[in-house]
Amino acid sequence: MLPRWLFVPAAIGAAFVLLPVLAIAARVNWADFGELVTSEASQDALWLSLRTSALSTVLCLLFGTPMAVVLARTSFPGQGLLRSLVLLPLVLPPVVGGIALLYTFGRRGLLGEQLEVLGVQVAFSTAAVVMAQTFVAMPFLVVSLEGALRTAGRRYEIVAATLGAGPTTVFRRVTLPLVLPGLISGGVLAFARSLGEFGATITFAGSLQGVTRTLPLEIYKQRETDVDAAVALSLLLVVVAVLVIGLARQGRITEQ
Amino acid sequence: MKKLIVPVLLALALPLTACGGDEEETTLTVYAAASLTSGFEQIGEEFEADHDGVRVEFSFAGSSDLVTQIQEGAPADVFASADTANMDKLVADDLTGAEPVPFVSNTLEIAVPPGNPAGIQSFQDLAEPGLSLVICAPEVPCGAAAQQVAENAGVTLDPVSEEESVTDVLGKVTSGEAEAGLVYVTDVLAAGDDVEGVEFPESDSVVNTYPIAPVADSDEADLAQDFIDLVLSDTGQQILADLGFGPAT
Repeated sequence: MLPRWLFVPAAIGAAFVLLPVLAIAARVNWADFGELVTSEASQDALWLSLRTSALSTVLCLLFGTPMAVVLARTSFPGQGLLRSLVLLPLVLPPVVGGIALLYTFGRRGLLGEQLEVLGVQVAFSTAAVVMAQTFVAMPFLVVSLEGALRTAGRRYEIVAATLGAGPTTVFRRVTLPLVLPGLISGGVLAFARSLGEFGATITFAGSLQGVTRTLPLEIYKQRETDVDAAVALSLLLVVVAVLVIGLARQGRITEQ
Repeated sequence: MKKLIVPVLLALALPLTACGGDEEETTLTVYAAASLTSGFEQIGEEFEADHDGVRVEFSFAGSSDLVTQIQEGAPADVFASADTANMDKLVADDLTGAEPVPFVSNTLEIAVPPGNPAGIQSFQDLAEPGLSLVICAPEVPCGAAAQQVAENAGVTLDPVSEEESVTDVLGKVTSGEAEAGLVYVTDVLAAGDDVEGVEFPESDSVVNTYPIAPVADSDEADLAQDFIDLVLSDTGQQILADLGFGPAT
């Protein structure tokens, strides 16, 4: 039984989030909508956003999953501090993240010279976009997966180990299937965050059609001259984000 | 917990009401292009010294952002734009209180990292293959100017990035990420030792004019006009000239 007053702040909170989205929809120039979102620049930006976000989600899963497992299943001195530090991108303004990446992987950055020797140049490349997105999205996956791991507990893992399963088998056959819903929702969060990434991308990767100009950057640029196009693209971004979240929820429900 | 919530809410709400209580001070709100930040802050200090009880508040941002905000009802008294195109949008919407007046101009200059690693000497050098050149997107005033200069000079630019603002271009150059960028003369001057400027004669072919105008229906129309007069006065013009701005044409 919920206290009835709870619905009032809940409704205010929901309206606060939903009204601005409706306001975008209300401002869309529907007569030209199709034309605006199918222009070459828009298509390039959408395609680039989808590709880079998918890639950064894969990277987040590849490196974030082990990180979450280590944080949830081990304890060592300084772990609390380490957790706060790797989750830093959550609270850092993305622009600061972009500057930090620039000072690390940029031409004059910490690793710039070593990268140059190897013939790797990330500046102004699509790889830089993926790196910026991975940087800001990784903590979302780690936080939600670590929570899922702690909730799931260690009971099944211990039973499997006593039955003779090696650590890798336990991880693959028990731990991962157990937290699969958490893994999926963490991945969706990371994808959604990557899709909306703007600040770190513009500071670290630059902006060039088809190479580094993702949908949020295209919206920001269009807004200078063509507000109708910016609004249409904003709605497109909202629709894509809602579709992704909806599909993942669908997947989770059928999974369960 | 309940005992705590009320005082906390009150404490948060208090500053909101405090603003309305002080009637001694009048505020003049000036919306100005980001490139005018340093100059207008100095002019604002002069203005406050001449006008007792008046405080000048600035909002500095890209001209098109400011136009959108004024169109959506932002309480500006004066608007100073970095180009005529954005001022024309306000004029078209009947949002200016008087005819806009040009007050300074700005031209483009090449910015390179200290030491000029790519050895850029002329505008033609920017077309060299393999050079990592950064310019503004054509939608932004500095990008439109860059495109026009390139056209006039008969040079085809192939930038690695088209940024959304001068600041973004400058950031890529100061960090050494880009070997050259096209920005305004005033930006090179303001960046100090972080960048070197390379002047080129073709820049004269595209002069960007900054217009200023009072915003329609301002509560402080007289003060707004006073501020504009100060910008156009010898004092104001000298402050802006020291920062690299050219005279209005």
